[in-house]
Amino acid sequence: MLIIRITRYTFVSKKNTTMRIRKNIAVSEEGFLFNPTTGDSFSTNSTGALIIRLLKQDKTLPEIASELCDEYDADRLLVERDLEEFASLLKEYSVLD
Amino acid sequence: MKKKLVIAVTALNAIDSPGPGVAVIRAIRECPDFEARIIGLSYEALEPGLYMHELVDKSYQIPYPSAGTDSLLARLEYIHAEEQLELIIPNFDAELFNFIKLRDKLHTMGIRTFLPDLVQFESRDKLKLFDFGKKHGFLVPRDRVLHEFRELKKMEEELEYPVVVKGKFYDAVIANSYDQVEKAFLKILAKWGLPIILQDFVKGTEINIAVLGDGKGKAISIIPMRKLYITDKGKAWAGITLDDDRLVALARQFIASTQWRGGCELEVMLTDDGKPFIMEVNPRFPAWIYLTAAAGQNQPASLVKMAMGEPVAPFTHYEVGKIFIRYSWDLITDIAEFQKISGNGEL
Repeated sequence: MLIIRITRYTFVSKKNTTMRIRKNIAVSEEGFLFNPTTGDSFSTNSTGALIIRLLKQDKTLPEIASELCDEYDADRLLVERDLEEFASLLKEYSVLD
Repeated sequence: MKKKLVIAVTALNAIDSPGPGVAVIRAIRECPDFEARIIGLSYEALEPGLYMHELVDKSYQIPYPSAGTDSLLARLEYIHAEEQLELIIPNFDAELFNFIKLRDKLHTMGIRTFLPDLVQFESRDKLKLFDFGKKHGFLVPRDRVLHEFRELKKMEEELEYPVVVKGKFYDAVIANSYDQVEKAFLKILAKWGLPIILQDFVKGTEINIAVLGDGKGKAISIIPMRKLYITDKGKAWAGITLDDDRLVALARQFIASTQWRGGCELEVMLTDDGKPFIMEVNPRFPAWIYLTAAAGQNQPASLVKMAMGEPVAPFTHYEVGKIFIRYSWDLITDIAEFQKISGNGEL
């Protein structure tokens, strides 16, 4: 079983693109993800769960970065970098389209 | 349909490479549409299903497949006289040839089966799988069928590694050098005889698909499962149902191309770029078949209904993310029980 952990918060993409969670990915309130196409499952911490919830609401990465900065009172550059890293992990695990 | 059917089931063994019989019976027992008296047919006295009296009502030993159809038929005639069998569900690769050969005779006796015919059965044989794939447009890894050891010696220079060494019925070993190939060849030769197959190694995710065909080209049920835990024999010890249209389409195409009648299992390697290679087609239910019932498509019960002439509509839905986890359990019995089956051939 693959485990995604984000120890810090998130990202920064200059692109104003929306990254979509694949429509058949199941996400629990606690941030447990199940990909029914591959059978892979993942668990994230509360920050990861928040990001995934926001992605499911079709928020763009910059919008998510703003929300995380507000939520955690964190440096935006740091947040953007971590978010980008997390998004690329989700992509690698076929969680994002 | 009649409320209590007499159904004989084989493959009651449950070693580390378990037979499907116990799982087939469990699924049949759970169907609310009919009751069943289950007759276990065994080859050995220590097949655990023999002693599971909550699942198996009565058991009989039958002759090994190598004894041929005459002795099998004679034994089945005896059992039929005792039990008035209505249906037999054989679940071992090695016995299917004999049961298929006897299909018409059994039918005359009033015993139904729901098996592929010999052409269907032999077309998916490991020895012909590559040609089968070419004919029907399926991706199948290239293979070479070896009928003697010296053929292997001649190939020493041209082999590319890893390569998969496979037995005629069972066993597969991934070999990374000629020495390993030779060792696997001799080991499998001692157990299963010739020929032996060398198959190109395909890297990917192991998926199995349990499929039930109606014999007219229609797939009644398709359940894809990803192996989550694999034993050193390559068997799934845990698995999860998947939702992947490519796999369902592959199975549907297989049934349409072959007009397959009965249960079967497609062993598929899904490559990282999404190509499904058919590695093997097992001509009977897999040992994990109970997962199909748990996921909402009871394949063994549907087979019973079709065998008894009842129309069964193709399933349209199953639960994705349903997991099976196999476990072992020390069943306790008494020497008297063992004596009955080993001495009298009945329990």
